[in-house]
Amino acid sequence: MASIRIDGLTKVYPGDVTAIDGLDVTVEDGSFFALLGPSGCGKTTLLRTIAGLEEASGGSISIGDRDVTRLAPGDRNVAMVFQDYALFPHMTVTDNIAYPLRIKKVGRSERAAKAAETGEGLGLSALMARRPGELSGGQQQRVALARAMACQPDVFLLDEPLSNLDARLRLEARTFLKRLQKDLGVTTVFVTHDQSEALAMADQIAVMEAGRIRQLGTPSEIFRRPANTFVANFIGSTPMNMLPGKLVGGVLQVGALEGVDAVAAGWAGREAPDGEVTVAFRPEYARVDGKGPLVFEGTVETTESLGASVLVTARTDDGQRVQVVVPEGEEPEVGAVVGVAPASGRVLVYDAEGELLSPSSSVP
Amino acid sequence: MTATADRKVRSNREAGARAGGPVDSIDAAGLGRARAAGLVAPALVLVLAFLVVPAAWTVYLGVTDYRLTGIQAANPEFVGLDNFTAALADPDFRNSLWLTLLFVLGSAIVGQTVAGFALAWTLRTVPKLVRSVVETLVLLAWILPSSIVAFLWVAYLSGDGGTLNAMLQTSGTEWLLEHPMASIIVFNTWRGTAFSMLLFSAALGAVPPSQLESARLAGAGAFAQLRDVVLPHIRGHVLTNTLLISLWTFNDFSPYLLTAGGPNHASETLPVFIYNKALYGGQLGYGSAISFIMLLINLVIALFYVRLLRERR
Repeated sequence: MASIRIDGLTKVYPGDVTAIDGLDVTVEDGSFFALLGPSGCGKTTLLRTIAGLEEASGGSISIGDRDVTRLAPGDRNVAMVFQDYALFPHMTVTDNIAYPLRIKKVGRSERAAKAAETGEGLGLSALMARRPGELSGGQQQRVALARAMACQPDVFLLDEPLSNLDARLRLEARTFLKRLQKDLGVTTVFVTHDQSEALAMADQIAVMEAGRIRQLGTPSEIFRRPANTFVANFIGSTPMNMLPGKLVGGVLQVGALEGVDAVAAGWAGREAPDGEVTVAFRPEYARVDGKGPLVFEGTVETTESLGASVLVTARTDDGQRVQVVVPEGEEPEVGAVVGVAPASGRVLVYDAEGELLSPSSSVP
Repeated sequence: MTATADRKVRSNREAGARAGGPVDSIDAAGLGRARAAGLVAPALVLVLAFLVVPAAWTVYLGVTDYRLTGIQAANPEFVGLDNFTAALADPDFRNSLWLTLLFVLGSAIVGQTVAGFALAWTLRTVPKLVRSVVETLVLLAWILPSSIVAFLWVAYLSGDGGTLNAMLQTSGTEWLLEHPMASIIVFNTWRGTAFSMLLFSAALGAVPPSQLESARLAGAGAFAQLRDVVLPHIRGHVLTNTLLISLWTFNDFSPYLLTAGGPNHASETLPVFIYNKALYGGQLGYGSAISFIMLLINLVIALFYVRLLRERR
C-alpha cells in the first residue's frame, strides 16, 4: 500500500509528440483514482508510464518512499489489468493467477494455494481448471483482477476496466470493482473515457486534456463546479448550457438580460475584471417555471424523453439554445414560451480564457 | 485424408437429410455434379499429366535396369526390387542419406529457423529504415536465381582471392574443398532465412502486446517472455515453418552448383546423388528407385509434422 507522487512528469514520443506535459499529481494512499479524458489526452500514456511500460522523458514518479522513475516494470511492485485482460490463453485460470508468483520463483504448492485463495475471493473456484477461452468476459476480468491481486502489489492500474463488458455487466462490474477496491484498500488508478464510470467509481478524478490535468477533484466537485469550460463541456450526460455574456463593473449581462445584480453579487467582492464571459449551468439544475434571479425567455423547440425525465430544448429570442431537464410529465408543449431559470448557486461564470470565476462558496 | 473427407461429406448429407433439406445440401453454389466436374477437369488433367504420370513412370523405371545408353536403353528389363536392395547396400547412398540429414538439420531446422526468428524478433523494435534495409537484403538472398547466388558464393569462398579469405586473412583456404558440408549448410541458411523471417514476423505481429506487457509487469525477463507468451502463440507457425523448410531443403539441388557433390561425395546430398547416378552414371533405373525412396521420406516427414500440428491444436 502506498501513495503515488508524480512530479513534473513529461513524456515525449519520437517525432516531438508530447503525450504528457509537465504533470504533477499525488494519488493518496488507498484511494480509487480516475484518469478521465477524451481519446488522445494522454491518460493511458500516464498509466503506462506509472507502470513502467513507457519510459518518462522527464520528471519523476514515486510509489510510497521509492523513486521508481527508472525502475523496470517488474521491479515497481505494481499490477495492471489491461483493457483486453491479457490472460495467457494456453494456461489454466490457476496458472494465469499464479503467473506472477511463478516468475518470483514461489514454490509450486504455495503458488497453487495462493491462486486458489485469491480465486475463491473473486468467486472463481469452480473455474480454476478452465482456460480463458472458456470463460465469459466478466469471468475473464475477474481472473485478470485475481492475477493482479495475487502478488499483493502496492498499486493497481486498470486500463479501461469496463470497456470490454456489455452494458448490463458493466453496471455490475462497476459496483463490484468499487467494493473490491474498498475491501482491499490498495491504491488504484484507472483510466476511462467514460465520465459516468469515473463519477460512479472514483474517490478522486483527474480530468485530462492534451497531456495536462485540467481539474482534479472529487466526483461531486467535478460535476458541480467544473474548473474550466473544457471540463464543463466534457462532464455531464446532457451538455452544459453555455451562453456568452459580459461582466461590467461586477454586473453580469447575458444576452438580452442586463444588470442581473442578484446573480452577479457573487463576483462583486472578487473584483472580477470587466470583459467577455461565459455563463454556464447544467440542464439538471434549471427549471422552466421562470422563477429566479436569472431567467431566459425562450420557445420550446423539442422535448426528448430520457426515461424518468425529459430534456427540453428552448431557443431564446436572440438565438441562444438553452436546455433543461424536467421531471417526466411536467414538460411544456413544443412551441410554448417558457422562462428557463437556473437554480441560484448553480450558475457558473467563466472568463474569456475559460477559467471559472465564481468563488466556490460565496454564490448565493 | 480421403477417408476423413468422405466421412465429412457423409455426415453433412446426413445432417441435411435430418434437417429435412435436400440431400445435396453441401452443394452451396448450386452447380450440380456435371458442371462442378467440368470446372475441376482442367486442373485434374494437368495434375495427371505432369504429376501422376511422371511419378508412376518413375516407380516403373525404379523396377527396371533402364540406362541412358547401351542395350538397356533400348530394351530395359524388369529387375524387381533389385535397385532398392542395391541402394540400401550402397555405402554411397547411405553416406548421401546421412549428409542430407545433416544438411536439413543444420541449414533448415537449426540455421534458417534460428536466424529467421532472431531477425524477426530483433527487427520488431529497430527503426523503420533499418528494418526495411535488412529485410530487403535478406529477401534478395531468397529471390535471386540459384545460378547467380551460386556464382557469388563460389567467388566469395574461392581459395584464390575469395572475399572470405580476404576478411579472415586465411589466403589459400579452399573452403568448398576443405569444408564442403559446412559451406553448403551456411550457404543454404543464408539463402533460405528470408522465408522463416517473414513467417515469424507475421506470427510475432499477432502476439498481443498486452500479454507481453503483463509478463513484463510480473517481472518476466526476455527468456521468460519468449517461453511463456511468444512460443505458445507461435507454436503452430514454428511447426508449419519447420515442415516447409525441411521439405524444401531435403529436395534442394542448389548445393550441386557449389560443390557438385564433391569432393569425393563429401557433400553429395540425395538430390545431387540421384543426379550424379542417373545422368552422369546413366543408371536411370537406379536413380528412379532412389527418387522413389526420397518421395517416401518426404511423405514421412510431412505426415510427422501434420500429426504434430494436429495434436497441438
